[in-house]
Amino acid sequence: MNVDRRYLLTLLCMTPVSAFAQQQGFAGLGGPAEGFARVRPNPQIKFPADHGAHPSFRIEWWYVTANLTDDEGALYGAQFTLFRQAASPGPQKEAWENQQFWLGHAAITTEEAHLYAEKFGRGGVGQAGVTANPFEAWIDDWSFGSIDQSFSPLRLHTEAPDFGYDLHLSTDAAMVLQGEDGYSVKSDRGQASYYVSQPFFEAKGTLRLGTKNVSVKGRAWMDREWSSQPLAPDQEGWDWFSLHLDSGEKVMLFRLRHTGGENYFAGNWISPDGGSTPIPSSEINMEPLETARVAGRDIPTGWRLSVASRNLAIETTALNPQSWNETGFPYWEGPTTFTGSHNGIGYLEMTGYARI
Amino acid sequence: MIHILKTLLSHWRRHPMQLVALLVGLTIATALWSGVQALNAQARDSYNKAAQLLGGDRVESLTLVNGALFSDKAFAELRRAGWIVSPVLEGQVRVNGKSLRVIGIDPLSLPRAAALATPATGTEISEDGKGFQSFLTRPWQSLIALSTMEQFGLGTDAPAITETGITLPALTAAENVTPGILVMDVGAAQSVLEAVGKLSRLLIDPDAKTSTTPLEDATSIPLQRTSESEVSGDLNRLTDSFHLNLTAFGMLAFLVGLFIVYSAITLAFEQRLPMLRTLRACGVSALTLTIALLLELLTLALIGGITGVALGYLIAVALMPDVATSLGGLYGAQVSGSLALSPSWWSAGLGMSMIGALAASSYSLAKAYWMPPLATAQRFAWREAQERRLNWQSGIALALLGLAIILYLFGNGLVVGFAILAALLVAGALALPPLLSLILRVGESHAGGPVSQWFWADSRMQLSGLSVALMAMLLALAANIGVGTMVDGFRKTFNDWLDQRLVAEIYLDSLDETRFDAVMSWLDLREDVTVLLPKNRVDVRIEGWPVRVLGFVDHESYRDYWPMKAANPDLWDAVLSDEAILVSEQLAQRLTLRLDDTISIGEWQPRIVGIYPDYGNPKGQISANIDTVAHYFPDAGPGGIGVRTDDDNIESLMEALRTQFNFTGSEMIDQASLKAFSKGIFEKTFAVTAALNVLTMLVAGIAMFMSLLTLSEMRLPQLAPLWAGGLTRRKLAMLELGKTIALALFTAMLAVPLGLLVAWCLIAVVNVQAFGWRLPFHVFPYQWIWLVALAILTAFVASLMPTLRLRTIAPMRLLRVFANER
Repeated sequence: MNVDRRYLLTLLCMTPVSAFAQQQGFAGLGGPAEGFARVRPNPQIKFPADHGAHPSFRIEWWYVTANLTDDEGALYGAQFTLFRQAASPGPQKEAWENQQFWLGHAAITTEEAHLYAEKFGRGGVGQAGVTANPFEAWIDDWSFGSIDQSFSPLRLHTEAPDFGYDLHLSTDAAMVLQGEDGYSVKSDRGQASYYVSQPFFEAKGTLRLGTKNVSVKGRAWMDREWSSQPLAPDQEGWDWFSLHLDSGEKVMLFRLRHTGGENYFAGNWISPDGGSTPIPSSEINMEPLETARVAGRDIPTGWRLSVASRNLAIETTALNPQSWNETGFPYWEGPTTFTGSHNGIGYLEMTGYARI
Repeated sequence: MIHILKTLLSHWRRHPMQLVALLVGLTIATALWSGVQALNAQARDSYNKAAQLLGGDRVESLTLVNGALFSDKAFAELRRAGWIVSPVLEGQVRVNGKSLRVIGIDPLSLPRAAALATPATGTEISEDGKGFQSFLTRPWQSLIALSTMEQFGLGTDAPAITETGITLPALTAAENVTPGILVMDVGAAQSVLEAVGKLSRLLIDPDAKTSTTPLEDATSIPLQRTSESEVSGDLNRLTDSFHLNLTAFGMLAFLVGLFIVYSAITLAFEQRLPMLRTLRACGVSALTLTIALLLELLTLALIGGITGVALGYLIAVALMPDVATSLGGLYGAQVSGSLALSPSWWSAGLGMSMIGALAASSYSLAKAYWMPPLATAQRFAWREAQERRLNWQSGIALALLGLAIILYLFGNGLVVGFAILAALLVAGALALPPLLSLILRVGESHAGGPVSQWFWADSRMQLSGLSVALMAMLLALAANIGVGTMVDGFRKTFNDWLDQRLVAEIYLDSLDETRFDAVMSWLDLREDVTVLLPKNRVDVRIEGWPVRVLGFVDHESYRDYWPMKAANPDLWDAVLSDEAILVSEQLAQRLTLRLDDTISIGEWQPRIVGIYPDYGNPKGQISANIDTVAHYFPDAGPGGIGVRTDDDNIESLMEALRTQFNFTGSEMIDQASLKAFSKGIFEKTFAVTAALNVLTMLVAGIAMFMSLLTLSEMRLPQLAPLWAGGLTRRKLAMLELGKTIALALFTAMLAVPLGLLVAWCLIAVVNVQAFGWRLPFHVFPYQWIWLVALAILTAFVASLMPTLRLRTIAPMRLLRVFANER
């Protein structure tokens, strides 16, 4: 029986987040969505209910990236992702018959190293899942959840054989709605997702690298997205930035690459008080500056980014150009720093780059 | 070197029968040995594959102490505590009258160390993930070996339905699933096995980091770590004895075959002595000569080995179905009936042939190497040489006998059992020539007249040449008597026991709880039912051994008929009111339990008041009162119903049950059919033993035949003077025939006590160690008569051809003996 992990991947990514499922957009995110709930404009996103899972949608993820510094000023990145994918639409089935499948990724990046781990789980039996209130997202012994009754503060905890982290995240800020009130369009043909973020987390805690523990603090950014068909069939990958500007502003930018070579741009400008404004795609310019050979692929790890109307013109540098997650659906994800019109730190995620 | 080889090989051209003897010996030895090895390898391979499905010994499991099912909540609890575990639910379903093992897995968490987690070619889960998804989600899929599908008469087109009416998930042929097993998603298994929310064990991924949370803090369910060998490796333990039995027979056959090789080689060497001397005299060095002999030998061994391995394959193919049936019947072990043999098996067979040939010829080769080129033949110093050899053989035989006694007194275990057996057999074989010599000497001293005196003296002289063949004969006969006595004794005991043990007229089995209750209340109202004997049962582990606990009702059917090996006088009352138990002989043997011992089964600490035979059951068994079992094991399942009725009503009652409850063949069986079925399994079990026995006999016959054939050539110098002295060729031939038959008769008679000794060893040592039961010792004299007759017949047939040749030999040749006399 071919129960190799690669089939799991294909299964999970018959639609989910990572897989380079060949025909239908990156990771099958462009696959058919019949029977699942549809993403529509003008959503009424409410918390804490929408912290939880939306099983009537085909896919969903909880994503945390943290830019951290130790006492000596060395930079670190930490990533946590929990993906959910429904194998079939319709009412939720009980126990082992539940159609939800879960995938967890965790990673730590330093200048010299990039460590990552992956977990698979099934819904319905308690191995993995998400509750809205109190909030907890977990797979096995990895968990991201509220410490008390309120959403913040939260504890983010993962354990992998060669690394682990235990971070305390807190903020007073409200959740930020991306796109138009949380409706984030992904293509000219209407593919979209619901997209909300919490970019204002203060983070502190401990990273474990092998047997060494490092105390760190810094900023963290949480993304939440759910959809049934977020990508158009011909969108093969994306380059996505979350940026913490020294001014206190936050910027989210992404570019979706089409097989024909065109790109679809989008982003939001988030003011220090949490006000979120979509950035018109015509104003966004994202230009690869340098590429690195990573896992047999040419990956642009340095970028020139500009948003004309906001006077943003920066160049980004990856902390570690080899921030490669060789997971079921392999992708690049790592911390980045930038200088130019603004200075700051952020995270970059790049998917869908083909092996040369 | 080529010329030397050519010269050496010319011998075989002149003595083709010797060459045939040598090759036949090698072929037979190799064939029986490698045939048995093939059977063992095939069976072991099936067990290992089955164990490896879930990772084998590398993967530990978490189970309940008593092996019962537990809530699948433990899976999430442990995963959340950092334990990398994977759920498994195992059970049995019956389809088309046969049993299939169901293994429910969760492919997402299955350890990579499990064979099922490794892709195999030819499997049906397609790469697009659709097949995988259909494995995980309703209506699911069952992966099954193609051979099992054929064996069970199942196809992919029609749904397979179990005897309890459950439709199995669509069957998909998968190459890496071992025979007799259905692999499906754990959710599917819960549905098929009607164990929703239950697991039988959790596999611990050996490649993952272990959790820092102690097991007892991670889950409230009292799980404990068990090694794979304790869980499914039982099969290996249980079947070990069976395979050791086969191996021992293979070895015996191999040895008997080597006797032929030895006699042929020794003979050829003796006959070639003048040639070898001539070669040495021509300047060939001892080393070159020895190497040439060695080369010749290895070439012959290679030829014999190749034909032997091929023949061994055929033997294995012929016996495999019987082996598979008896393993299935005895141990529930599923063994593929088709042979797939590895190159290592072929090379091992050839290796055995080479080693055997070398061992059989080492004496001759050493002699060739040390031989002084100019020494004269000392053929007539035979009496002294024979005497020396006989003394030497007697010494070793006595030493081996002593060893057997010491092993019996101080040794333990199955291997020791076989060692005793081997020591006895070899001691018997070695003691044969001295004993025969003694008999012949006694005969000689009572002989009157020159011809009679010559008859005895010449027999003694011939003993040296024939002794190897006679020893082979003795071994085959003794083994035959030993095994025959054991098998027949077992058959008699088993049949008597079945007659006593099966008291009910109709047996109902494979009932689930609701059906059990329905059937019970329905039967209760029937007038034609005289007594109902329901049972409940639960499977537990005691000191790691799988044990079935059966609860039975108190009834005179048991009190009157249940045979006990040992029992307290008040056993039935103690079982009824004192929570006492009866244990099977196997369990008592394995755990060294005696009457009045107390054992712990969870919280239950019952006293043993009876030990009963439970032939043919590889697992341990405990019988207790039905209420006691229900009390200590609330989830004990129904264990079948015995229905007593008048003989006249059996048919109509069964018909009524069939109509009312849709009972199928294996769920309901009458006493007579059950007996026939049990006896069938029993016969199959010894079918292989019997087949090997016959083959060994055959080998011994061939050994005898070959020896006589080659000897007849050598014996002309002994016979020629008698012919010259006035005896007719006809008279000479009759004397020769009589002599061989007399030797065979003596051998066969000596084989009887040796065979009984072997039987005793099998019954009192090997059987007890291997199966856990001791049988009463029955003797079957008709067997001996038959075997003695067979031995004489063999000797007669074997000596017929040489004798006929002697009768018609040209007087010229007899005359030439004197001309050629050196």
